[in-house]
Amino acid sequence: MTTYTPTETDVQPTAVRIRRVARDYVNPYFAGILLGLVLFLAFFFTGNGLGASGGLNRILVFFEDLIAPGHIDRVSYLLEMAGGDRNPLDSWVVYVTIGTVLGGFVAGWRNGRVKLETNRGPHVPVRVRWLMAFLGGTLMGYGARLARGCTSGQALSGGAVLSVGSWAFMFAVFGGGYALAYFLRKFWN
Amino acid sequence: MTPFPLPLADLLGKWGAYAVYLLIGFSFGYVLEIAGFGNSKKLAAQFYFKDQTVLKVMFTAIVVAMVFIFLTAGLGLLDYNLVWVNPTYLWPGIVGGLIMGFGFIIGGFCPGTSLVAAATLKLDGIFFALGTLFGIFLFGETVGSFEEFWHSSYLGRFTIPEWLGLPTGVVVLLVVFMALFMFWGAEKLEHVFGGVDQRRSPKWRYGAAGALVLVAAGVLLVGQPATADRWANMAPEKEALLAERAVQIHPGELLALLHDRQLKVILLDVRSEADYNQFHLQDAVRLPVTDVLAQVPAFHFEPANAVFIVMSNDEAAATEAWKLLVAESVPNVYILEGGVNNWLATFADADFQAAYATSGSGDDQLRYTFAAALGDRYPAAAPNPAKFTLEYVPKVQLELKRAPTSGGCG
Repeated sequence: MTTYTPTETDVQPTAVRIRRVARDYVNPYFAGILLGLVLFLAFFFTGNGLGASGGLNRILVFFEDLIAPGHIDRVSYLLEMAGGDRNPLDSWVVYVTIGTVLGGFVAGWRNGRVKLETNRGPHVPVRVRWLMAFLGGTLMGYGARLARGCTSGQALSGGAVLSVGSWAFMFAVFGGGYALAYFLRKFWN
Repeated sequence: MTPFPLPLADLLGKWGAYAVYLLIGFSFGYVLEIAGFGNSKKLAAQFYFKDQTVLKVMFTAIVVAMVFIFLTAGLGLLDYNLVWVNPTYLWPGIVGGLIMGFGFIIGGFCPGTSLVAAATLKLDGIFFALGTLFGIFLFGETVGSFEEFWHSSYLGRFTIPEWLGLPTGVVVLLVVFMALFMFWGAEKLEHVFGGVDQRRSPKWRYGAAGALVLVAAGVLLVGQPATADRWANMAPEKEALLAERAVQIHPGELLALLHDRQLKVILLDVRSEADYNQFHLQDAVRLPVTDVLAQVPAFHFEPANAVFIVMSNDEAAATEAWKLLVAESVPNVYILEGGVNNWLATFADADFQAAYATSGSGDDQLRYTFAAALGDRYPAAAPNPAKFTLEYVPKVQLELKRAPTSGGCG
């Protein structure tokens, strides 16, 4: 049940294939156990969990600092990361983020899933899907900063160390998703 | 016992430490990809009950990491005090979470999974990741207008065992049972909505569930170290520091620290309220020994340049407080040598000595009798460092901060 079989809509004409047939995804419980072990080892060796939005944030601020350093120095929230001669990239979470991209690529490549394509519902034009992805991403990025963390930094990491706020956050994410899912059923199905 | 967390930067150098983080990130991205999290359709299916992969992977990961974290903490291999626990800002977290939930179903990813999708050339993942950057940018530009809300409902390091008032082991076991119940429900939903035949799911998952419950029961059995256990573990080493008087600092050194602008000196006065009202050092906070443990989580949030000085009239009560703080892994804690009595003997002028000094027994009682409770309105409460030339052996050495000051989101 847990395997995912690609359907016609997954295959775009522009597909660049490295492996002919994409392998199935692994069992979710197996993936969960592996992810749990990675998370535990991260905590065990560094005292920190995982994160993604923090790294993206710092990479963004790095470029902002290149373009408008004066602006950074006037906004206290940005100042903490890149004020004066501080380098926003000088943080462990940036390296976790770079590693995430590399790891995702290698896993996809080994399993024949590196393919230029757009995953979308069967009745949605590609451009609409792209627009919605950008819009959803904007909400995600904004919400992640407001909540001081994303699914990785708050829900996974904070959940495993039993932070009250992280659990409240996690249920809010699922709640928000389910609340809106009904209205978007045509978009995904 | 190995130090926790590993001083990566000392062991491997700055870039070596970053290589470790790169490896952690690599494993993270790899597992997300093989779980199917690079595929927005699979992620969105979570919300239509057809494919509960997101829930299964996330909660399995959380409970597996949780049981091992608290097992190793119970065995004294990992110091829970030094683990980054996301501080709770309740309402910003909930509102941010709801916005993210909307973003999840609209865009089909979360920030971490969109990186994996982008890495495997999914165009929707690339657009999502760009949107995430734009959202982060918007937040940085707008947070100024609602800063008050963003910092509201702050509860600090607040854990579920503290919230429920239950032992950690019980909470760990309850969370495991809750997760297993959710997996059972998720499989039912997949059967009803997705037509999945669960009889074809691997049987080993029952064994894994059993093993998880066993480890959680082990966590309960081992328990978490109380302050006394933590002290017992380190007592030989730390008692030696007390005996060598390596942590009792001269009043002159404290005065110098107070005027060192690179440090944040936190003065903790553990005496009775009456003594504190009679006289205390300027900016000293009264903290009775019985209340010390309640402040430990807050102390762990202090910056790396924080130095804690505990003081009583002599040293007895201050030493008790020192032991508690050190046992709870608070860094850079020192005792004021000779306590407040010695401070006054050092810095109060001759008139003051003549007017208030009494001969004391040296049993941690105030050796001065004040006419009025003027607190810190005596010159000796904040002596002018330029007026004193004191000889002393400096003892404060800033310990490298071991507890992380920000999580994966900072």
